[in-house]
Amino acid sequence: MKRRVACVLLLALAAAGARAEVQTVKPEIPLTPQQEALYRGLLPELRCLVCQNESLAESQASLAADLRYEVRGLVAKGEDETAIKKYLTDRYGDFVLYKPPLEARTALLWAAPFLLVLIGLTMLFAYARRTRATPATRPPADEAALRKILDDHS
Amino acid sequence: MRFAIPLVVLALLVGLFMIGLRRDPHLVPSPLIGKAAPAFDLPTLDGKRPRMTDADLRGAPVLVNFFASWCAGCQEEHAYLMQLAQNGQARLLGIDYKDAESDLRPWLTRRGNPYGVILTDLEGKAGIDWGVYGVPETFVLDAKGTVIYKQIGPMTPEIWQHDIQPLLRSAT
Repeated sequence: MKRRVACVLLLALAAAGARAEVQTVKPEIPLTPQQEALYRGLLPELRCLVCQNESLAESQASLAADLRYEVRGLVAKGEDETAIKKYLTDRYGDFVLYKPPLEARTALLWAAPFLLVLIGLTMLFAYARRTRATPATRPPADEAALRKILDDHS
Repeated sequence: MRFAIPLVVLALLVGLFMIGLRRDPHLVPSPLIGKAAPAFDLPTLDGKRPRMTDADLRGAPVLVNFFASWCAGCQEEHAYLMQLAQNGQARLLGIDYKDAESDLRPWLTRRGNPYGVILTDLEGKAGIDWGVYGVPETFVLDAKGTVIYKQIGPMTPEIWQHDIQPLLRSAT
């Protein structure tokens, strides 16, 4: 009991002393239905840089909230998808996009799955041809010995 | 001979993982390196002037340090930043990121203030323009105002001596 009281007191102290990030509450920017559709479509394609495996649509991080607000503001200003993505990559790099752009630098990344399938298929065909070249044959049986066994048992 | 190909493949994979697994996926390379520092216009904390812009940074190299009183990594690097400032090794501009002034003032009183000027970025808008995703982050700017280095996470003597000082030397 004493211990529990001590725990609660400690927690209360910690909470009182803890400073926190300031999150200013901003009014929701109104969008037309088309803009809202663009905004909703864009968010799942953008990565939250704090949690990295969550998109801006699902992340609870405060930076994600700030970025959602920025994106919403850009959509409301009439910016298109390319301009908004450029706004983000200018600041955070291609990493903010789940789908990296196809350029010389990322060519290997995009080609890798197809290359791997190609290598796999080549290996599979090579293996298939090798096994077909040597058809499986029954080892020659000793006919006389077999007949003898059969005769003995009949 | 039969094992030659699998062995080569294994060796390649081991090499790939040796490189790949040592890299920290949380370090996102900044697209700002080599470019002019982003424009800003922010209020100062007790500055001679009420506001400061990116143009005021030019003339000498400067460390732009995004920090906050609520951030643990900032406490970690604070003593070293104090040392850099006191030795006159670096000119420091602090940008207080999404922080309450009522929290910042006692924090500075207790630990000391290494910054020549502190700007306040209450809404984190400047943070977004600089591509900040977790304080502390420190940008090294040369005299022309070009970003030449970005440190994500606390500043350490190793990073200062091995990475930043040589860059600053070659920049001047």
